[in-house]
Amino acid sequence: MNAGKQPTLEVEDLRTHFFTKAGVVKAVDGVSFAVGQGEVLGLVGESGSGKSVTGFSILGLVDPPGRVVGGRILFKGEDLVPLGEDRMRALRGSRIAMIFQDPMMTLNPVLRVDTQMIEAILAHRKVSKAAAYDRARETLMRVGIASPDERLRSYPHQFSGGMRQRVAIAIALLNEPDLIIADEPTTALDVTIQAQILYEAQKLCRETGTALIWITHDLTVVAGLADRICVMYAGRDVEQGTVDQVLDHPLHPYTHGLIGSVPSRNRRGARLQQIPGMTPSLLNLAPGCAFRSRCPRATDRCEAEPTVTMRGDGRRVRCFNPVDADVSA
Amino acid sequence: MSVLESQSSTRVVPGSAAGEPPLIEVRHLSKRFVKALDLAEKIAARLGADVHEEVVHAVDDVSLAVSKGEVVGLVGESGCGKSTLGRMVAGILAPSSGEILYRGSDRATLDGAAARRAALAVQMIFQDPFASLNPRMRVADIVGEAARVHGLVDAAGFDAYLDEVLRQCGLDPSFKRRYPHQFSGGQRQRIGIARALAVKPEFIVCDESVAALDVSIQAQILNLFMDLRESLGLTYLFISHDLGVVEHLSDRVVIMYLGRVVESAPTEALFDEANHPYTQALLREVPRLESRHSSFEPIKGEIPSPLDPPPGCHFHPRCPHAMARCREEAPALREIAPGRMSACHLNDG
Repeated sequence: MNAGKQPTLEVEDLRTHFFTKAGVVKAVDGVSFAVGQGEVLGLVGESGSGKSVTGFSILGLVDPPGRVVGGRILFKGEDLVPLGEDRMRALRGSRIAMIFQDPMMTLNPVLRVDTQMIEAILAHRKVSKAAAYDRARETLMRVGIASPDERLRSYPHQFSGGMRQRVAIAIALLNEPDLIIADEPTTALDVTIQAQILYEAQKLCRETGTALIWITHDLTVVAGLADRICVMYAGRDVEQGTVDQVLDHPLHPYTHGLIGSVPSRNRRGARLQQIPGMTPSLLNLAPGCAFRSRCPRATDRCEAEPTVTMRGDGRRVRCFNPVDADVSA
Repeated sequence: MSVLESQSSTRVVPGSAAGEPPLIEVRHLSKRFVKALDLAEKIAARLGADVHEEVVHAVDDVSLAVSKGEVVGLVGESGCGKSTLGRMVAGILAPSSGEILYRGSDRATLDGAAARRAALAVQMIFQDPFASLNPRMRVADIVGEAARVHGLVDAAGFDAYLDEVLRQCGLDPSFKRRYPHQFSGGQRQRIGIARALAVKPEFIVCDESVAALDVSIQAQILNLFMDLRESLGLTYLFISHDLGVVEHLSDRVVIMYLGRVVESAPTEALFDEANHPYTQALLREVPRLESRHSSFEPIKGEIPSPLDPPPGCHFHPRCPHAMARCREEAPALREIAPGRMSACHLNDG
């Protein structure tokens, strides 16, 4: 975090719960992080860890029975939680944009790309249609689409998967947002196409100073892309720090296990370290540390809810028995 | 077939003991999917319009041998034909041309008991643990049905056999009366594995079998694959787009691009020093835990449509080393070092 300067986004103890007939699902239950200008935050977690709901909460896209029940989401100092839908609409797509895993969620299949892009500009700016077209064209070129004029006249189904994702990213960039939330945008793509998208994303953040939250389950993707990592488990942020801190010396036993379970080239053929069991159901989750039943370091203390420990080097960890730096050997 | 035989020197050399034929061998295997003309198009064609049948060469003259006990990783991006090849090897899809040999004899020529044995010997584990299990069948039937039908186990020993198979795959036998929806993704994948193992196969085709799983669950399933290989002496054709997983598991890696094999080498050799420009690009772009703040310098361009592949070497439009020759002539897959094959004109220079 760039000290002194106000971060683009600050999330403080966010809690988003879903009030279902079967009970309360605490999808997000205490998450705090901050992203500064031009910074890339990797929000990492497995299915059901609450990483996507965190993203949706920031954009105010949580539908009933879900509700943000606690915490603050400060976007350039303004709390988004109590904001009305009108103000939220003005921010969404303009100052804060989202890129989804499936680009067809962003794109309308029956409208030409130019229609969709121009509409996104005119919704937030008072410019002429011609100026909006130029802006759309310029943005498409920026995400690496050759012959943008031809592409603007096409329909989404005429694009390949990687190309569609580029268009979705271009739409997110149209109004030069201060913050982009990307929810697993490369998961469905091939390795060479993923590399292209990551390259563009990285370049854009450096050039425009846009803050980027990259939500993913894949530690290897954020390793190359992110500045900081926030690891989530069962709705809570369990560990945060810079990429090097978290990946080289994980403090939380979950992060430690997660890194150990990634096949790596130094240990070919060896058994992968595995985390026993599976992610707990978030419905009526028992109090205490949610990871304790799978944790090799769990003690009786873990029956209580672990609090966040701030370390001197800017790291945060939510664990009573963190993995000490020397254990990684 | 004698013509094909004469070219058999282009085969991927198996690492097996001399004399013993490889467990599974495919020779000059091709699969073409043809979209036939509809009535209107046929009439138009009759009248001289320029309409043609659309043909996708999903797999184009691929030869490959897998010895007993070997794990061969088959890697490629979307549309490279890796799944089609896997399905043909598993017997789900009939090849358009070429042959598949089981222990040295052509599977198409076998009949009766020998054909059944050859078919049961190769089983497949699918990608999607949600779509590949019948939601209306109980686990006991999903796993046990084939073994019972094929008479691999008698009625008296059936329950014990089923429990044993389930236990082997890390499933609690007391869950066998349950339906697939009552299990998590990782457990469902174990059910899929148990179903494959229940007919005592020798050869397993894993088609992206861990791609849909979370990292920690993926590690559990990969460990299970390695344990089963050791305890049952299984041979795998492990199809994946994930080079990290393939590197971890495989003895040998085969890289495909748009229906053709571009490189094949022992895992270590391939990852240390890839020969084909496509393999090099692929390896460079695999995200790794070790590569921090990397400035991605991605390979240019998209994967061309298999409907209309580029002439010559399929990779030439994206290749940084492409020459005039690459645009006209498809490079043959040739041995460049013992056990290593590559299809690139650069090796001739």
